[in-house]
Parts: sequence; C-alpha cells; structure tokens
Amino acid sequence: MAHDAHASDLAHHFDSYEQQKESATLGMWTFLVTEILFFGGLFAAYSLYRSLYPEAFRAASHTLDIRLGAFNTAVLIGSSLTMALAVRGGQTGKPKFTFAMLLGTLALGSTFLAVKAFEYADKFTHHHVPGPSFHFEGPDAPHAQLFFSLYFLMTGLHALHMIIGIAILIGMLRPALRGAWTPRNHNFLEGFGLYWHFVDLVWIFLFPLLYLIGRHH
Amino acid sequence: MAQHETAPAHDSAAAPHVMPLSTYFLVFAALLVGTAATVAVAYVDLGWANNAVALAIAITKATLVILFFMHVKENTRLIPAVIFSGLFMLLLLLVNLLADYGTRGWLGVEGR
Repeated sequence: MAHDAHASDLAHHFDSYEQQKESATLGMWTFLVTEILFFGGLFAAYSLYRSLYPEAFRAASHTLDIRLGAFNTAVLIGSSLTMALAVRGGQTGKPKFTFAMLLGTLALGSTFLAVKAFEYADKFTHHHVPGPSFHFEGPDAPHAQLFFSLYFLMTGLHALHMIIGIAILIGMLRPALRGAWTPRNHNFLEGFGLYWHFVDLVWIFLFPLLYLIGRHH
Repeated sequence: MAQHETAPAHDSAAAPHVMPLSTYFLVFAALLVGTAATVAVAYVDLGWANNAVALAIAITKATLVILFFMHVKENTRLIPAVIFSGLFMLLLLLVNLLADYGTRGWLGVEGR
C-alpha cells in the first residue's frame, strides 16, 4: 500500500519530490566541487609559473587571437542561456521548448569547439605546440613553452568536458521531446544544466587568464 | 505519463519556483557586458591592478552564473556550504603554493 502512494517518478527511498530534488542537486554539486579542485590544480600551476616568468607568459599570451577568444566566450555564455532556458522548460512542463533550447545549446557548444579546433590548428602551423618542433620568436622561449603547455592542458581539459557534455546533450534530445522531464521531476535535466554551467564558469576564468595578459604593452 | 497517478500529499511543496524569463535575459546581458569590459580594460595600463580588475570581473560573472543560471539563489543553504568548502580547499592550495615560492629567497639559503 505504502508503495502504491509513490508515483513512478518518485524513487522509493525518498519521501517527497522536494527531498528527491535536494539530493540530486547536492550530489551534482559534490561532483562539481571535485571538478573545481581538478581544474584548481592547473590554475595553481598557472599562477605559480606566471608569477615566476611574467615576461614569457605575456609574450606567449599575445600570440592568441583575442577576437576568437572573445567570440567563443560570448558563444559559451549564449549556450549557458539556452541551457538555463531548457531547464526552465522542464520546470514549466514545456517539452518542445526544452527540446529547442537543448538543440540551441548543442549548436552553440559545437560552434565553440569548431573555433577551438581552428585555434589549435593555427598553433600547430606556427610551431607553438610544446615538443621537439616548438619554436618561439619572443623572449624566454623555454618558459613560453611552459605557457603553451598550460594553455593546451587547460583548454584541452575544458574542451574534453564540452565534448562529454555534447555527447550527453545528443542523448537528451529524444527524452526531451518525449516529455521525460516534468515540473515534479526534471532532476536529470537540472543536473546536466549544472554541469554545463560549470564548464562555462571554467571558461570565464580561462579567457582573461590566457588571452588577456598585459595587452596594453 | 504520470498524470493519472495519485500525487503525494506534499506535491505542492515540490512545485519548483520558476524565475521569470527576464531574469535569464538580464543575467545573459550582464555576462556579455562583463566580457566586453574585461577585454576593454585589458588594453588600459593599470599596472598591478590589471590582474585584480580582470579577476574581479571574472568572479562577478561567475557569481551571476552560480546564483541565477545554477539556481543557487533558490537552493537551501546546504548547497552554498558545499560550494564554499570546495572554494576554501582551492584557496588553501593557491595561498600555500604561492606563499612557499614567494618566500623562498627570504632566508638567503644557497640554491634556495
């Protein structure tokens, strides 16, 4: 009898939808906190080496295309908007709207990665990729190589998160159209939204730290 | 799909608080303005303050995303507590690392 009172979208071990949602949110944030520290290690390495070799970091940073970086920042912020709206579609029970917004997020996320691929290709043609064929015209080439190592590690880890996010997004399109997420339970949609916004958060810090060092020189 | 099932008594409490559309668009606009500001200010020579301003803008943008897009404004206080625990660990990592390297020359020990 007690079990019959439970709707199919409320798991057995929860008393209420509110408790179920709270648990899902808490779990997702616990994961995101580990992600903060995952990226945090790279931010720490960046802070240290930039403070030790400011000249090399500034010169290397100037080889990045500020227009592409700013464009991608705007694209990613746009994808965060569509993602937030997709979650809102779940909250208000509008499957078609959620589907359209997820599709928009998918398109903007893919645009970001396409621009990033173009930027990476440019780095290869200019021999700015760390390794045996690395060549840098500016001052302190060895430590400029350190900047590019951090550039590829940080943007690469960020891009990996985007690729994983896009794969999950593709899988979410059908459930979205089917109306799998309701105002009572759209915890998966909300959780994925948190992940997507987190990836945006990382980029909000990466953009000024990598592209905008000492541009007034 | 679950429309014909009996809803639990506390169902009304589960109805999510929905933020108005205007909030989302305002936050989006603020984030774009922040991006433009951080690019513009990078071309102005403020000395050491360049880094501080760039970080302040990034932290402001991040706070907007966390509070509104990530709904932390609507969550119970448990979520901010978890977030701050993570940020505190990050702060420990950064402060101790930089304090170590920043003070290595102070004792005048050869080879540091």
